[in-house]
Amino acid sequence: MNTRALPLYATIVIFLLAYAICWLQFPAMLSTRVIGNLLTDNAYLGIVAVGMTLVILSGGIDLSVGSVIAFSGVFIAVLLRDSSLHPLVVFAMLLALTTAFGAAMGFLIHRLAMPAFIVTLAGMFLARGAAYMLSIDSVPITHPFYETIQDAYWLMPGKGRLRLIGILMLLIVLAGMIIAHKTRFGASVYALGGGEATARLMGVRQGRTTILVYAFSGCMAGLSGIVFSIYTGSGYSLATVGTELTAIAAVVIGGTLLTGGAGYMFGTLIGVLTMGLIQTYIVFDGTLSSWWTRIVIGILLLVFILLQKGLLKLSQSRLIEAAADR
Amino acid sequence: MLLSIRSLTKTFPGTLALDGVDFDLATGEVHALLGENGAGKSTLIKCLTGAYHRDGGTVALDGAEIAPRSTVEAQELGIGTVYQEVNLLPNLTVAQNLMFGREPRRFGLINTRAMRAEAREMLRQYGLELDVDRDLGNYSVAIQQIIAIARAVALSGKVLILDEPTASLDAREVEMVFDVVRGLRERGLGIVFVSHFLDQVFELTDRVTVLRNGRKIVTERTADLDRMSLIEHMLGRALEEEVEQQGAGKAAATHPDLLHFEGVGRHGVIEPFDLTIGQGEVVGLAGLLGSGRTESAELIFGVRPAQTGSARDEKGALDLKSPRAAIAAGFGFAPEDRKTDGIVADLSIRENIVLGLQAQRGWARPIPRAEQNRLAEDYIRRLDIRTSGREKPVGDLSGGNQQKVVLARWLAMNPRFLILDEPTRGIDVGAHAEILRLIHDLTGAGMSVLVISSEIEELVAVSDRVIVLRDRRHVAELRGERVAPDAIMRAIARDGTGDGETARCC
Repeated sequence: MNTRALPLYATIVIFLLAYAICWLQFPAMLSTRVIGNLLTDNAYLGIVAVGMTLVILSGGIDLSVGSVIAFSGVFIAVLLRDSSLHPLVVFAMLLALTTAFGAAMGFLIHRLAMPAFIVTLAGMFLARGAAYMLSIDSVPITHPFYETIQDAYWLMPGKGRLRLIGILMLLIVLAGMIIAHKTRFGASVYALGGGEATARLMGVRQGRTTILVYAFSGCMAGLSGIVFSIYTGSGYSLATVGTELTAIAAVVIGGTLLTGGAGYMFGTLIGVLTMGLIQTYIVFDGTLSSWWTRIVIGILLLVFILLQKGLLKLSQSRLIEAAADR
Repeated sequence: MLLSIRSLTKTFPGTLALDGVDFDLATGEVHALLGENGAGKSTLIKCLTGAYHRDGGTVALDGAEIAPRSTVEAQELGIGTVYQEVNLLPNLTVAQNLMFGREPRRFGLINTRAMRAEAREMLRQYGLELDVDRDLGNYSVAIQQIIAIARAVALSGKVLILDEPTASLDAREVEMVFDVVRGLRERGLGIVFVSHFLDQVFELTDRVTVLRNGRKIVTERTADLDRMSLIEHMLGRALEEEVEQQGAGKAAATHPDLLHFEGVGRHGVIEPFDLTIGQGEVVGLAGLLGSGRTESAELIFGVRPAQTGSARDEKGALDLKSPRAAIAAGFGFAPEDRKTDGIVADLSIRENIVLGLQAQRGWARPIPRAEQNRLAEDYIRRLDIRTSGREKPVGDLSGGNQQKVVLARWLAMNPRFLILDEPTRGIDVGAHAEILRLIHDLTGAGMSVLVISSEIEELVAVSDRVIVLRDRRHVAELRGERVAPDAIMRAIARDGTGDGETARCC
């Protein structure tokens, strides 16, 4: 068995254990209602985390996504308020814009050989500033089309409602899995994360791959913004502050190595759900402060970082033993 | 001829790296490319793989002239390369590594099953049965190296360049890789083999080309060469006159023992060796590049931890787990690569000199500025460092003066045992002599010195005793009158059999 997959298994085991504990305490947790809400409430986070996973797999980071989500909400709300465009047209415009924004950051990262951290940090301020420029108030969205999709759901057995945005999130995770694990582009992303110089020697087109990775992340951030605007029914430039960090946390808890090159898209889904589960537990409990979410997430992150270091040590010592045996 | 290179020339600012080199490679041939550091081997290889672009001459593959501009282009033309450090991705599976960029696809998506089957089939040709779904990093370097060869052959398939593929393998693993190379030779590939291990060259190759200082010295059938002549080709024969000056005056002085190292070794780096250093003695380490000279010093100084062995002085056991421990034991180490490991180029001479001393005292007890100035002035005068002032950045000094600053730093810490790795590399002739004189002076004052050098005449000039290394092993010890270029060369050249007179195998 590959040691690389161990964090994924660990994530799944931790999630199932946590769910079991919740269920023992509150049997109602194991209803399709809770599951449906878990998926719906975390849809925007799951979508943006899919983009983040690919970025981190390539050895980079994208700090701009939280601001891009807020910008998307304001962009949609203002356009719907001030023009007669159909929401689908607005969505298409927005996705083109955020994808181009991500691609531009990717281009700069590659061409200027700049750390992704700095370039996307600049992107973070830019996108947030652009959102302020459009509107500093919370702009409500009252288009009839929005009401239709907000009400669209699939009634699961047990009366749980899986809303459209929850379904969309699951589809995006599936698409992310296919892109990461089943395409040459995905293989190039893993290769870049494993070592840039080696990847180039093996024929990876570094520039193209880098630009595509950040364009993908930008596109996911835009999509996440659409989902968030559907979820909240408004656009607000102060929304989703720090979501990029939550997304990074979900990716790491999902078992992806922060230095790149190792991880699984499915793990990210579990990471997002784990974080959502903690929140749900606190709601069920009723007496705990919501800050406990952050504390538990912090502990989980630490545990995973230690786990990954430990696994690295383990595989290295195994190699040395194998060498000594011969 | 499969590959034919004519009067290949490549210049870098200030140096002529390749000067009209000719090189031929036939199909079904393993052709060794030999030379010391800076001889032009890697430049030649980089011109072939597209990493460099040649300035003059022609390169023809199958009769057609080629000028690859990138590794990928060279691969497409049929030239594949495998480097010393495996250039594959340890975080991908074996199958992904083998098939990267040519994965079989179905409906636009990678067909994992077909990829696995194809990878398994590729490895079967090399006699390997592996779980191709495991990460490459789970396998030993030898297996990784064979996988790298399999990938290179599958991608290019005419010329295979092996750039020191065996440098980090043990004997059994080397044999494994060699079997693979022999199989490829039978399949009609032309193979360029670069190695520092002469045993391997004689075991594997059909012809040998020796480069020295960017020129081709000789191309011959391996069977027609013996080790001695090969080493002469590599090191040059400009030694005679130096010998004249030496010879006399080398009394076999006795030195009281200062340090004992017993069974110090590390798997895959250097075989366990014993070494005794006398007080005020200069011990030279001779051997070809890659024979384990620097590695021996690194183990003694704790740069790389030794897996076996112990060290002691007259007072008792010494713990040499880290450079810090070695410094505490009174050792000093001026490494080979001065620019990256020795000096801090942007700091002044004064700052560089007091650096080690300050580190020893700890940050809480800063050395007073007046004391720093005094130290710096003192060493600038004593070592004759040519500079306009003590505050000049070290990076602005010439190589020889930089080396003196590195020495000054160690001397300021007053070590009893100093290791100098290639102390005269890149230094002009005048400074060269000064450094050698300085070593003499230091030992006169009771310091012990271990000198590593690839210039045999330099070792002869400075050493009381010379230890010869070959294939990561201490193979012989020469003392007194036997410290002479001919004897050293013979000891480097002698193959495994050894002779009882001087060989003291460890």
